[in-house]
Amino acid sequence: MVPALAQFRVDVAGVGLTQLPIALVPFKGEEASPQKISEIVKADLERSGQFRGVDASGQALDENSRPDLTLWRSRSADSVVAGSVVRQGDGRYIVQFRLWDVVRGQDLGGQSYTVPQGDLRLAAHRVSDYVYEKLTGERGIFSTRIAYVTKTGSRYALWVADADGENAQAALNSPEPIISPCWSSNGAQLAYVSFESRKPVVYVHNVASGQRRLLANFKGSNSAPAWAPDGNTVAVTLSRDGGSQLYTIPAAGGQPKRLTQSNSIDTEPVYSADGGTIYFVSDRGGAPQIYKMSASGGSPQRVTFTGSYNISPSVSADGRWLAYITRTGGAFKLQVMELASGNVTSLTDTSADESPSFAPNSKLIVYATKLQGREALMTTTLDGKIKARLAGQAGDIREPDWGPFQKQ
Amino acid sequence: MLKRTIYSLAIVALIAGCSSDTKLDDAAVGNAGTMGGTGSASGVAPVTIDPNARTAQGPVGVARIIYFDYDSYTIKPDFQSLIDGHARFLKANPNRSISIEGHTDERGGREYNLALGQKRSEAVRRALTLLGVNDSQIEAVSFGKEKPAVQGTGEDVWAQNRRAEIVYR
Repeated sequence: MVPALAQFRVDVAGVGLTQLPIALVPFKGEEASPQKISEIVKADLERSGQFRGVDASGQALDENSRPDLTLWRSRSADSVVAGSVVRQGDGRYIVQFRLWDVVRGQDLGGQSYTVPQGDLRLAAHRVSDYVYEKLTGERGIFSTRIAYVTKTGSRYALWVADADGENAQAALNSPEPIISPCWSSNGAQLAYVSFESRKPVVYVHNVASGQRRLLANFKGSNSAPAWAPDGNTVAVTLSRDGGSQLYTIPAAGGQPKRLTQSNSIDTEPVYSADGGTIYFVSDRGGAPQIYKMSASGGSPQRVTFTGSYNISPSVSADGRWLAYITRTGGAFKLQVMELASGNVTSLTDTSADESPSFAPNSKLIVYATKLQGREALMTTTLDGKIKARLAGQAGDIREPDWGPFQKQ
Repeated sequence: MLKRTIYSLAIVALIAGCSSDTKLDDAAVGNAGTMGGTGSASGVAPVTIDPNARTAQGPVGVARIIYFDYDSYTIKPDFQSLIDGHARFLKANPNRSISIEGHTDERGGREYNLALGQKRSEAVRRALTLLGVNDSQIEAVSFGKEKPAVQGTGEDVWAQNRRAEIVYR
């Protein structure tokens, strides 16, 4: 088992929120299951900020039951989830469920998953994704994964965890720093910067097999990997020609192609979801600002105009939003810009925010910050109203990157 | 410095020893099947890096650390004799090579600080090549804010962390 890691705890800070009341009835057979499916689903839905769990005590239902509509209406539930978890002879589990609209008395369907014990949490997150999508119309991100880095004493680790912070598994343990993990678009590989050879070099790492290879190990510093959406190219920052400049490298390995030609710092590239545009940070105007340019190079256009220090861009998958860190006074704050209008919203009341990364449904941002002097990871909605914290980690925690939707 | 290196290697050895029997290995092994039936969909295989030794002897009696002012990447006159000492040594020993490791204080983003630290190491590299050192003997790299010399916060600490270190290989 993994060391006890607490999951994201929700701190709803908004007022006037509309939250859908939903009852998660304990799944039949859940007592004997190593994972309490209904509790995981309830926690997932509540963390989204769009649901409120309703008391489901004293009820025994499964996916074949027709819920007592009068009873659930009297408990003010709009919907009910009921199901079962059954261990098979081969040790795998069958997780089945059905979602009911108890206001309309309507069966909203269900699903069945057969999984090894190690994927029971994943099955629960897929239940959450189904319910979320049926009731909100938006795709859920509960079965996605987040990568992040911890520092404990002088030891560094790169972790892969479920989107709720549970089931954290170490992909890499190192005596030297690890920064800038970045998921490939298929969620199978991470690119990152490791200092294990006393300089920053970029690795590509298959998380399921542990196989890793050097992608960029040129003279000087190699950093800031960003996977193109097609998975064939990785943009990086190299100093091999003197100064930090942007290059692309074939993901399978090969020679870098230079993208920027400046005497200033150009770094932190990220691709737009369509792969056509690269957003990056440059101090060509005298201070770090976010620029964009064609993914094949060309002349950059400035994107951020407020403040004298704007770094660490992340673009939402729907192309509407740019999250980044701005310095105001001595504080580093997470902001989000609506790209069409240029309108900027500040999302936090902390002062050491870092490394924002959008959830693949464009509805949440994960970022690193400091709380009571300790590094922490937080998620926030784009209006800043609902935040959750990944708590309980020993040591410092940083550099989150939200992975893509998983294949079903 | 030598003391610090030995100390950190000892720590690292200790950690490496511990990590080999963490139960994460079990988690990775437990992935016999997947969603739908072929191998776990959520498995992660852990990798552990061993520490590597560093630092050979350079010129005796010459300091190896150049400190920088806030938001500055120019070498102050106080450090010119240090640069001269290393340049003389490298020219006299053309088979020796160095890494120049640029560092920043803790303020700001990790990648942007990496680029700022690179500006410091490049400044030292340029100063050495101007004195006739062959560029092939030098690699300028950056650790950004990842390896502070002194832990903590405040201007005294930051001043000690804004630096470039010359490391002989």
